[in-house]
Amino acid sequence: MMQVSKLTDLYGREGLSPGHTACQGCGATIAVRQVLLAAEPPYIVVSPTGCLEVVSSQYPYTSWRVPWVHVAFENAAAVASGVEAALRALEKKGLGKRQKVIVIAGDGGTFDIGFQALSGAFERGHNLLYICYDNEAYMNTGIQRSAATPLGATTTTTPTGKLEMKKDITSILVAHGSPYVATASPHLWKDLANKVRKAQSKEGPTFLHIVAPCPRGWYFDSHLTIKVAKLAVETRIFPIYEVEHGRYRINYPVPRPRPIEEYLKLQNRFAHLLKPENAHILEAFKQWVESRWNHLLKMAEAFPL
Amino acid sequence: MTGNDAAAYAVKQSDVDFISAYPITPQTIIVERLSEYVASGELHAEFVATESEHSALSACVGASLAGARAFTSTSSQGLALMHEILYVASGLRCPIVMAIVNRALSAPLNIHGDHSDVMGSRDAGWIQIFAENPQEVYHYLIQSFRLAEHPDVLLPVGVNLDGFTVSHSSEPVEVLEDSVVKEYLPRNERPRLDYYSPATFGAFALPTHYFEFKVEQDKTLRKAGEVLDEVAAHYPSPEGRLRKIDKFNEDGRIAVIIMGGTTGTLRYAIKSLRFRDFSLISLKLFSPFPSRELVEAVSDADAVVVMDRSMSPGAPLHPLASNVATSLYEAGVSVNLISVVYGLGGREPTIKMVLEMFEKVREIARGGGKRLSRLFLGYQGDGL
Amino acid sequence: MLIPIVFEAGNSAQRSMANWRSNKPIIERNQCTNCLICWIFCPEPAIFMDESGNVQIDYEHCKGCGICAEECPRKAIKMVMESV
Repeated sequence: MMQVSKLTDLYGREGLSPGHTACQGCGATIAVRQVLLAAEPPYIVVSPTGCLEVVSSQYPYTSWRVPWVHVAFENAAAVASGVEAALRALEKKGLGKRQKVIVIAGDGGTFDIGFQALSGAFERGHNLLYICYDNEAYMNTGIQRSAATPLGATTTTTPTGKLEMKKDITSILVAHGSPYVATASPHLWKDLANKVRKAQSKEGPTFLHIVAPCPRGWYFDSHLTIKVAKLAVETRIFPIYEVEHGRYRINYPVPRPRPIEEYLKLQNRFAHLLKPENAHILEAFKQWVESRWNHLLKMAEAFPL
Repeated sequence: MTGNDAAAYAVKQSDVDFISAYPITPQTIIVERLSEYVASGELHAEFVATESEHSALSACVGASLAGARAFTSTSSQGLALMHEILYVASGLRCPIVMAIVNRALSAPLNIHGDHSDVMGSRDAGWIQIFAENPQEVYHYLIQSFRLAEHPDVLLPVGVNLDGFTVSHSSEPVEVLEDSVVKEYLPRNERPRLDYYSPATFGAFALPTHYFEFKVEQDKTLRKAGEVLDEVAAHYPSPEGRLRKIDKFNEDGRIAVIIMGGTTGTLRYAIKSLRFRDFSLISLKLFSPFPSRELVEAVSDADAVVVMDRSMSPGAPLHPLASNVATSLYEAGVSVNLISVVYGLGGREPTIKMVLEMFEKVREIARGGGKRLSRLFLGYQGDGL
Repeated sequence: MLIPIVFEAGNSAQRSMANWRSNKPIIERNQCTNCLICWIFCPEPAIFMDESGNVQIDYEHCKGCGICAEECPRKAIKMVMESV
């Protein structure tokens, strides 16, 4: 496994070509670009329906410079299972060569409608890397809440702010016995790239949860995408860690977190949260962030990598 | 072998690469047999026990697009759950073969045989073949792979067998040699997922493009009927050749059209000399619908009886009868049609019931009168 | 045969995204050290390195989001309003 240390290590192998119709400043395409630059060929990409799929595959155009398949919304992990097993079978018969399988899915197709297929694929132990670009809502259909939407966020289906916590997808997949589950942010490109390569080097189903700020749905100016991702990490809202066979390592410790308000005030989807009458929700949000961070610290202490 | 045994045996010999399936009564035996064959090494394929039928067909689509020969099987609720992906499989031109063990759809829940499951998906663009007995299940599954993978077709194929009456009934089944089947099913090149020749499968089409894709699919499905004859002509067992219709007692003046296992019951009833005025048209291909062959077979008849093992509630006619009526209309053939709904939820017609129905049909045919009559065979409720 | 498969990988590059812009990024050549930070953060990508190793903007595909200007460590990129 080749370590990535400089940007020039990644330059040259774009998997995505421009001319796709993603919004200006789309966090998802930044994340996906980085993933494909780091991924070691040969590989096949499977995507469910979502922002990425729609912006990249308007017939007769495609932004995919690598082989790519889209079937439906809820079954990317099932389709990927089929591709992976089929390539194994064909190789055994001398009818083809095995190639790696990478799923690139949004939070909708992973946390909600795609959850069953995800769980099934992980339980069966297929060799695949599952990348979830998390823009924290069903963005392509116009910003509706998903299980990945954080507490308090406004979406069209939670106009007064979501009341439920964000689903803890990484813990769920660690519980499935995945050999490698990690989080990443596009502003930490080196960490993201190395995690992609590390995940690919493992046997079995691996998962990379990437925060993908959405200027449109989170309501911030398009030039701030990387800043917002950075603040998500620096406020401990989106911790950067990896879990290898159930052993935890916090890759980016945040000893002095930035105030959460700094992150919230950049995004209009949290505007109401900063109003005095909603102080109790803000407090609940802060407590959720803190308890999760402490839980992570405890896990890293009890099961260190 | 039972119908399920025969299905599994045919799939084993057909050198499939990939199987993903989920158990459901009465299909489960097919899945179990195939698991055994894979585990024992008799069948070199990857068997993926997916967590649902929807995932099973999704995995087949992925496998098929990766270049593998893929198979799955299901019934009833499972087929209904796969519904969305049925359209994708045909739209993406995946040559998947599926054995559908026909079973009634819930609600109310019923695990016994009728055709409502496959009829609920008849617009999905799949080739649909109906087998009458385990022997046909065996022959037709093998030919389905060649038909599906034919470069002029590249469409998924369903082989239907009645739940329990065909799937679980045992009869002697003649099988071909492994090598003979292997020779009959060569591999063809088709576009596939490959890093060294990258393509995009499953792009979305705006209104500017969608219409043409669908019409093309329809055209291809219609042409598949011709390819079927060619595929069957090469089949090493002449008796086993896939055909669109089969005629029995052609001199009979009253034509009865039926698909699936109950064909045998009707044939037996007609054989008894009292009913030599009936001719039996056993339909093996439902989609693409062989209008021409069917009209030719019945255009001289005094009356045409169509047996449907499913219903289209609220519709003027049930699925098979509707297709027959339309075919006759287009050909300008004017003949009285008697639509019979039978066997729903596994209520298999007995010989006695069939003979009673034939008497009733004779009465109706003799009377001249109504263009279209509707009967239920075996219904025990009030009214009709 | 008309099948919904696109065989020309990456052909969306044929589509110009230039008219999405209100502002365009201009690289100050003498400030830029070709560090490639702007390149790794571009969503398109609409940034590339030319034969002499200089980082350039691909104006056919740049949507003017402004991330490059925001993230450049040397503030070598300015967003300038597009001319009408």
